[in-house]
Amino acid sequence: MNVLKIATAGSVDDGKSTLIGRILYDTKSLTEDKLQAIEEKSRQRGFDYLDFSLATDGLVAEREQGITIDVAHIYFSTPKTSFIIADTPGHIEYTRNMVTGASNSQASIILVDARNGVVEQTYRHFFINNLLRVKEVVVAVNKMDLVDYSEERFNQIKGEIEYLAQKSDYKNQKITFIPISALHGDNVVNSSTNINWYSGKSLLEYLEDLQPFESTNDSKARFPIQSIIRPKTEEFHDFRGYAGKLYGGSLAVGDKVTVLPSAIESTIKGIHFFDREYNEAKSGSSFTLTLEDDVNIGRGDMIVKKGEEPRVTKQLEATICWMDKSPLQVAEKFYIKHGVNDAQVKITSLENSIYTDFSGEVTNPSKLSLNEIGKVSLKISKPLLVDSYKDNKSNGAFILINPKTNNTSGVGFIN
Amino acid sequence: MSTNILSVGALESEAIYILREVVAQFEKPVLLFSGGKDSITLVRLAQKAFYPAKIPFPLLHIDTGHNFPETIEFRDKLVKELGVELIVRNVQDNIDAGKVKEETGKYSSRNILQTETLLDAIEEFGFDACIGGARRDEEKARAKERIFSVRDDFGQWDERNQRPELFDMLNGRIDIGQNVRVFPISNWTELDVWSYIQKEGIEIPSIYFAHQRETFIRDGLIWSANDEVVYREEDEKIEQRTVRFRTVGDMSCTAAVLSNASDIDKVVEEIRVSRISERGARIDDKRSEAAMEKRKQQGYF
Repeated sequence: MNVLKIATAGSVDDGKSTLIGRILYDTKSLTEDKLQAIEEKSRQRGFDYLDFSLATDGLVAEREQGITIDVAHIYFSTPKTSFIIADTPGHIEYTRNMVTGASNSQASIILVDARNGVVEQTYRHFFINNLLRVKEVVVAVNKMDLVDYSEERFNQIKGEIEYLAQKSDYKNQKITFIPISALHGDNVVNSSTNINWYSGKSLLEYLEDLQPFESTNDSKARFPIQSIIRPKTEEFHDFRGYAGKLYGGSLAVGDKVTVLPSAIESTIKGIHFFDREYNEAKSGSSFTLTLEDDVNIGRGDMIVKKGEEPRVTKQLEATICWMDKSPLQVAEKFYIKHGVNDAQVKITSLENSIYTDFSGEVTNPSKLSLNEIGKVSLKISKPLLVDSYKDNKSNGAFILINPKTNNTSGVGFIN
Repeated sequence: MSTNILSVGALESEAIYILREVVAQFEKPVLLFSGGKDSITLVRLAQKAFYPAKIPFPLLHIDTGHNFPETIEFRDKLVKELGVELIVRNVQDNIDAGKVKEETGKYSSRNILQTETLLDAIEEFGFDACIGGARRDEEKARAKERIFSVRDDFGQWDERNQRPELFDMLNGRIDIGQNVRVFPISNWTELDVWSYIQKEGIEIPSIYFAHQRETFIRDGLIWSANDEVVYREEDEKIEQRTVRFRTVGDMSCTAAVLSNASDIDKVVEEIRVSRISERGARIDDKRSEAAMEKRKQQGYF
């Protein structure tokens, strides 16, 4: 079955929890005991409606404050597809959660309140979806019931977002607009009878028709080595396999390959997965490779098709989203994790801090604070094997780790 | 043997990737094995991740002494077949030593006492990564859990200050004394696990399938009648029923469900149409809305 990862984003009162609750309810994914617990709690709190946020706000602090603090994962499935929703909080200070959610998703739902239209938050969500090059974005214009299901209002909002999209440098993004009412269920799972002027898909129909991530990945094959498999048993005495996960493209037995960073060439001898051998492996698969030649390979090395080599570099320019309370400053040192590779980096320059509402940038800022996004240059302690983020997402991103706290402090997208 | 195209399912691929990262990033990993379907699935995934080499870490079972005998039997057989090391630590030892106090009376369970024994074992062996079969779809506090979840010296989960996890990059850097709980099947649902067991033909303990059992009913849930382990009031009458277990924890906190699903195909079908969640039969979660979050803060899985 297909697995689709989706991120949701919206402002505080856009009705995101109601939407998720509605999806769960209408797809019959909310089991009776969970529904009963929600009914009881809603009544206890004096609500005359079902507060679906009680299903997703898993932490005590979230329920006390009535807000979502951390990314929650929600699972549901239809006969066609399994869905994983990363529900990200809508507060400005939680940009890092939105980036995290979007990094693991192939589609995003941006919620807009039909009454308020495009607000500052919408800009930010849109900006992040552009930065992370999320291919499929659906703008769900919610609370249509409160604007008399007005087509005019819907088109106005659509126009504003399309204008915004022109400013983005990611032109392949597909944006779909759907008028909904999460509270009443219009166009969420079932088509609306209140919105006759809209003949498109309901939100769930749209999501079900999306192609799974792996099959849409047309970038070059990148096979970073996680570990070397050497059983040293009698039966597999000479077995020497390279275990990893394939990002992009495909690899086949007989393919001429280059091993990086040593640049040694060889040929794929076998593709192993558990006790079976295969002729070809597709992107997204974890497996173990053997080569025709005896090559010295270690963790962090990369096997690619000959002639499709990535950049080998000790210098990087990247757009960084900062996620740590202690700000990023020039000359600071961090650990970098690029795929399965670890090294040390030094920040050599900080070019700008970009406003996430498309209103411009500050050049040469002194620092990058929590939830700020900017362009930096880095010097690395050893060569990394990189692609530009636009060419290969997995091989074009890295994280920075604070050596004092071990916290994941930022994420970078290689230019 | 050569077959055409390999396309490993996204969830299986992700879990195998995570298991390999654990072995690469940590000195002393261990797999927490309960004998339940989730940890059995983990063992299969570990087998696949390192094949043809053996699973490169031991299994640790925190034995409450209140296990279903079928689970223990199954555990010992599996370990023998795979040739992996099994470490068992007993909650009873801590009770005997007076380190923890056992609950008594109605609803009493040793579930919470496992935490202390687990933390002791982590210290005794110096484990820096404990691999567990918890899933995000099980419970809403678990839905907030990371794949690499850092715990301090006291095993505490700081749920408001978790590391963001981006793309496939797993940050396993920790200080001495800290350890990481690793959840490779975080993104699997109950149905995913069952479907995988079906597809792979994985053996599981017999109590997951419909069988005759002496039971009694309390609060609408069906309990095993075993007076040594499960507290029973005099008016709670024992009856023979055809039941199975959907989740296997302690006998004292895991209720059975009425079922005729006698094989894996029937179980998968039953789960597919079920309108009750898996943990609906776990009394340990019903203590309060925040039961799981509280236990996790104290070092529980």
